Amino acid sequence: MKTLMLGNEAVARGLYEAGCSFVSSYPGTPSTEITEAVAKYPEVYAEWAPNEKVALESAFGASLAGSRAFCGMKHVGLNVAADPLFTMSYTGVNAGLIIGVADDAGMHSSQNEQDSRHYAKAAKIPMLEPSDSAEALELTKLAYELSERFDTPVLLKMCTRVAHSQSLVQPGPRTEARKSYEKNAAKYIMMPGNAKRRHPVVEQRTADLIAWAEDVSINRLEDGPDHSMGIITSSTSYQYVKEVCGDLYPVLKLGMVWPLPEKKIRDLAASVDRLVVVEELDGFIEEHCRNLGLSVTGKEKFSCIDELSQNKVAAGLGKPVPEGVKFSEPIPARPPVMCAGCPHRGLFYTLAKNKVTALGDIGCYTLGAVPPLGALDSTLCMGASVSGLHGFTKAGGGKAVAVIGDSTFIHSGITGLVNMAYNESNATVIIVDNSITGMTGHQQNPTTGFNLKGDPCTKIDLETLCRAVGIRRVRVVDPYDLAQCDQALKEEMAADEPSVIISRRPCALLKYVKHKKPVVIDKEKCVGCKMCMRVGCPAISMSAGKAAIDNTLCTGCGVCGQLCHQGAIRPAKED
Amino acid sequence: METKNIMIVGVGGQGSLLASRLLGRLLLTRGYDVKVSEVHGMSQRGGSVVTYVRFGDKVYSPIVDKGEADFIVSFERLEAARYTEDLKKGGKIVTSTQRINPMPVIMGAAQYPDGLIEKMRAAGIDVDAIDALSLAEQAGSAKAVNIVLMGRLSRWFDFSEQEWLTAIEQTVPAKFLELNKTAFNLGREA
Repeated sequence: MKTLMLGNEAVARGLYEAGCSFVSSYPGTPSTEITEAVAKYPEVYAEWAPNEKVALESAFGASLAGSRAFCGMKHVGLNVAADPLFTMSYTGVNAGLIIGVADDAGMHSSQNEQDSRHYAKAAKIPMLEPSDSAEALELTKLAYELSERFDTPVLLKMCTRVAHSQSLVQPGPRTEARKSYEKNAAKYIMMPGNAKRRHPVVEQRTADLIAWAEDVSINRLEDGPDHSMGIITSSTSYQYVKEVCGDLYPVLKLGMVWPLPEKKIRDLAASVDRLVVVEELDGFIEEHCRNLGLSVTGKEKFSCIDELSQNKVAAGLGKPVPEGVKFSEPIPARPPVMCAGCPHRGLFYTLAKNKVTALGDIGCYTLGAVPPLGALDSTLCMGASVSGLHGFTKAGGGKAVAVIGDSTFIHSGITGLVNMAYNESNATVIIVDNSITGMTGHQQNPTTGFNLKGDPCTKIDLETLCRAVGIRRVRVVDPYDLAQCDQALKEEMAADEPSVIISRRPCALLKYVKHKKPVVIDKEKCVGCKMCMRVGCPAISMSAGKAAIDNTLCTGCGVCGQLCHQGAIRPAKED
Repeated sequence: METKNIMIVGVGGQGSLLASRLLGRLLLTRGYDVKVSEVHGMSQRGGSVVTYVRFGDKVYSPIVDKGEADFIVSFERLEAARYTEDLKKGGKIVTSTQRINPMPVIMGAAQYPDGLIEKMRAAGIDVDAIDALSLAEQAGSAKAVNIVLMGRLSRWFDFSEQEWLTAIEQTVPAKFLELNKTAFNLGREA
């Protein structure tokens, strides 16, 4: 029976059906649910790795051992995993290996808008790209066939609108797939002598894949009666094109976006008056057409900035665009904020109050940058807070701190801390340990004591880890206790050696975290000074000149009460 | 059948994801082609969130664009007003009257507009407004606002009460089923 599945769940289903038995990933929006969903199949071993490089190398090892393997990540994760990626293009695989990478056009939850297709071209690895959930399942299974037939890892590219949209899928049965391992030094040991012999193999493979791309059904021409225009498209852009044009024009729908066919594109170009490429982000297919010497309309009509939509595609094709209802009232923005009861809030208030330069990192706590806290100075990529802090202080930037989450610290903050100890930084790293990978929706990590399947496992002791790399000053604070945070920050920043403060309290959204009753405002005592508003909690606002608590949001954390000089905010009596 | 478009809008954390999944389940039972587009990640953290539900004989795009929405179901009145441009001419807004101040309003950097629902109606927009929060609390939990609003939306859909209740059973955890059924009926009959 057909069922609704997220694109990510459909990839997971495809992995299951194709006999995949090893998955190692690092969470990242919009890719996370692939690995969460596949972990529910008992036949598949699935894990969260500390970072994408470790995950991909683990998946490579599993492929070598003879298991069909998968590694999932978001677009920026592929930057982290790029090192093994480029060389496993040379080694090829034993059992099939798929790398799932999810781009985030529109930056719903990302720090940049990079287009992963460039990696496929640069690493000379084929890339498949589904346009809905049914194709996500189908192309995942096909990717394993390709991987084993052409002896190559295969990139499976998702985007936010395919990954996070549900559409109809017909699930099928699982077929087991297992190979045996045989030593093959010339293929798997990439030292110069061997790699020199492998590079021509890679080039021949790409030529073979181009030939395959010419007559495979996933690169399909959907003909139309009106040949004044022919459109080349893929992924969610294909859906927008069909939404706008229906079956009017010939459409070349590409299921494999690297390597690209040549004859198929030339044939389409020859049969139409005008060739148009509709693709999200960069002009990747467009550039290929130009390299073939074809005249093509592309990015000048369909911007490389932000995601596309049916209206944007309609406008680019010169079609009418529907008009919306006009309503002229100015509507204030509603940016994301740290949740009521978020343990990060007290720590960021302390940083803001002390006017500390703080280099930030990737996670929920990036929201410490927004008003009224405004407590961060930079955010670049995973781990950059710690290594950036080292450079900042060494180069005379003055006293500063890094703020990094527990999962991000393990991902790539620890190597920066090693550098700080080894090269004798004089600065403070604050690990905001909320005992979970928060932003991506509560994934376990090596500091939580639980694995992806929810079973208890080895738990990294952050204090011991920091001491082991050579940091002598390591202390733990409760971010709900502002006085304690303030004292720790002042003392550690005054110390003449590198230090670590672990700001520890579990995420307020975790199911096991019990909330207190909402705090109570004593309207008699409240003088309307707005001191409590400085923590930027969405549960506090001013009403008729007095502080007011939104009881549906307040978790009774009491951080606001510590700022009230009038004693007007008190905890509710617990039952 | 021409594709119908529903937008579910609200503040991150209000339960719009569950509402969209409930609609998906319901529409599937009638054999429609259905697409549901969700929001995950950072924008879920107290920001303005949108999910799209589209159904018909054949649905291509997973998103609803400006001027396309037949229905906007809103969990908060400012959010209803924010997305009016997405409403199709003749489309309908079903909204909770609840007010949740966004951070710029809390900070005093922006004003929460007065009389939003009246102003939308004055602009010719068809607005069906109910106090979904009070009804949800009456049903037993403030978190049931999403199901109260689905109950309200059900008045404009050609599905039997039983079909809706079956979809609810397939979507919510068993221990909250009775609460949600009550919430649905309160919204439907309010």
